[in-house]
Amino acid sequence: MNLRAVRAIYAQEMGRFFRTVTQSLVAPVLSTSLYFVVFGAAIGGRIEEVEGVSYGAFIVPGLIMLSVITQGISNASFGIYFPKFVGTIFEVLSAPVSFLEAVLGYVGAAATKSFLIGLIILATSWFFVDLSIAHPVAMLAFLVLTCVSFSLLGFIIGIWAGNFEQLQLVPLLIVTPLVFLGGSFYSVSMLPGIWQTVALFNPVVYLISGFRWSFFGLADVPVGISLLAIAAFTTACLAVVWWIFRTGWRLRR
Amino acid sequence: MAPILSIRDLRKTYDNGFEALKGVSLDIQPGEILALLGPNGAGKTTLISAVCGITRITSGTATVAGHDVQRDWRQARELIGLVPQEISLESFEKVRRTVAFSRGLFGKPRDDAAVERVLRQLSLWDKRDSTAMQLSGGMKRRVLIAKALVHEPRVLFLDEPTAGVDVELRRDMWRVVDELRREGVTIILTTHYIEEAEAIADRVAVISRGRILLVEDKDSLMRRMGRKVLHVALQQPLVAIPADLARFGLALDDGGRRLTYSYDTKAERTGIATLLAALAECGIAVADLDTEASSLEEIFVGLVHGDDAEGEAAP
Repeated sequence: MNLRAVRAIYAQEMGRFFRTVTQSLVAPVLSTSLYFVVFGAAIGGRIEEVEGVSYGAFIVPGLIMLSVITQGISNASFGIYFPKFVGTIFEVLSAPVSFLEAVLGYVGAAATKSFLIGLIILATSWFFVDLSIAHPVAMLAFLVLTCVSFSLLGFIIGIWAGNFEQLQLVPLLIVTPLVFLGGSFYSVSMLPGIWQTVALFNPVVYLISGFRWSFFGLADVPVGISLLAIAAFTTACLAVVWWIFRTGWRLRR
Repeated sequence: MAPILSIRDLRKTYDNGFEALKGVSLDIQPGEILALLGPNGAGKTTLISAVCGITRITSGTATVAGHDVQRDWRQARELIGLVPQEISLESFEKVRRTVAFSRGLFGKPRDDAAVERVLRQLSLWDKRDSTAMQLSGGMKRRVLIAKALVHEPRVLFLDEPTAGVDVELRRDMWRVVDELRREGVTIILTTHYIEEAEAIADRVAVISRGRILLVEDKDSLMRRMGRKVLHVALQQPLVAIPADLARFGLALDDGGRRLTYSYDTKAERTGIATLLAALAECGIAVADLDTEASSLEEIFVGLVHGDDAEGEAAP
């Protein structure tokens, strides 16, 4: 195991994050604040409470998930696509670095970045709403698992993508709708009849529900099922990554 | 001495069916500088990519110091440094950091002194805190060489190191190669500049259409190349070469109507003036003079064109 290579890749990717630290941090803080102004103050003022939680607080877990999922995907997909695009990937391919080591470095860094962003959004939320976390360990576990699994998905997209359009395609057409319809800003129980059933086919619903449970102790679906869902999703991503490794798909010609 | 790099019947067929390497075999001795000469699309870069692990090998083997590049890929790759043809660097990364990154990738512990040494060797120490985008093209290429050398490889691949580089920088690059040779690094460089092969290589391999056409010691190639022949067409045919002209080593052909004299263009005196004077003394009237060069370029062009014609005749 070439751990020094893992560290080198990880440090390089984190370096990129800290070089653009303003952009990396200010953007999520700003957008979160905007969400609080629009949803918490303007609209939330009319909704008041959802299942006994103030609307402002109720949307916090969903907001964190929204950012963490999109950031995880974009960081990881860009992280591996960029070296492919500018050609620096040759160095990783010609170094004594296994596919697993490359995945650990790139996905590890992307997951760390989105985890940090998640924590920053959580901290920002405290300025706007009173927040208590019922199950902090479960909260962190959900957060970490989400960061890792969606960074894996981003890595897969980055390897698969042949151009910038394809790089944006999956996040734009699939992930964003799933996340927005995943109950970030509402409880699934607020949906009219048939849509509640439809919502259960959206994997993000399980993530946000479980994450919200770790804050307030209430959930749209049982927390065990949420855990199973995220575990299944992570496994699926790992399986795809393993398959990419077996076939050398799109990296070595 | 056991070769440091041994390539046996290496074949590469790309997914689209293109056969880039058609059974290449090549042995390279430790400390040697081999120039891989060939036109664009001959398979030079594919050969390097296959050995370095960037391209999957279809069949055949390549070993570096006895380590198979497919089976013992870790050990093999640790011994190899690669400078690619395209300048590909992270634009916003500082020179020092990007060189240290390469060392880490190859599993070597962090060593600021090693990074400094290689940066000084390539005259990059002043630029250590510049980002790649602030550097000129020649400097960027030096950074790529620094990245390839910082893990102390025993074999260095330079893919077109002086393509698109001005004359001064090219000489500079040759100086760097010469220094590396003195350190005992084995170097395989690809080029389509014949003068580059002349200037720095010990041996020259000519590749075309995925096949090695010739591998020869540069000096013997230079001897072949340095020769030129002078054809002297005579007004009256000769039956035999007069004894007075024996010292010129002439050949008589074309029914006694043509004398052929070969000489060394690199020699101080070509002997042409003396020959013509001697011919006049013997009363031999000259009708016409004609010279023919056999340069490395000509050998090269002849080989490659011969190969092309063959390729077209038998598709």
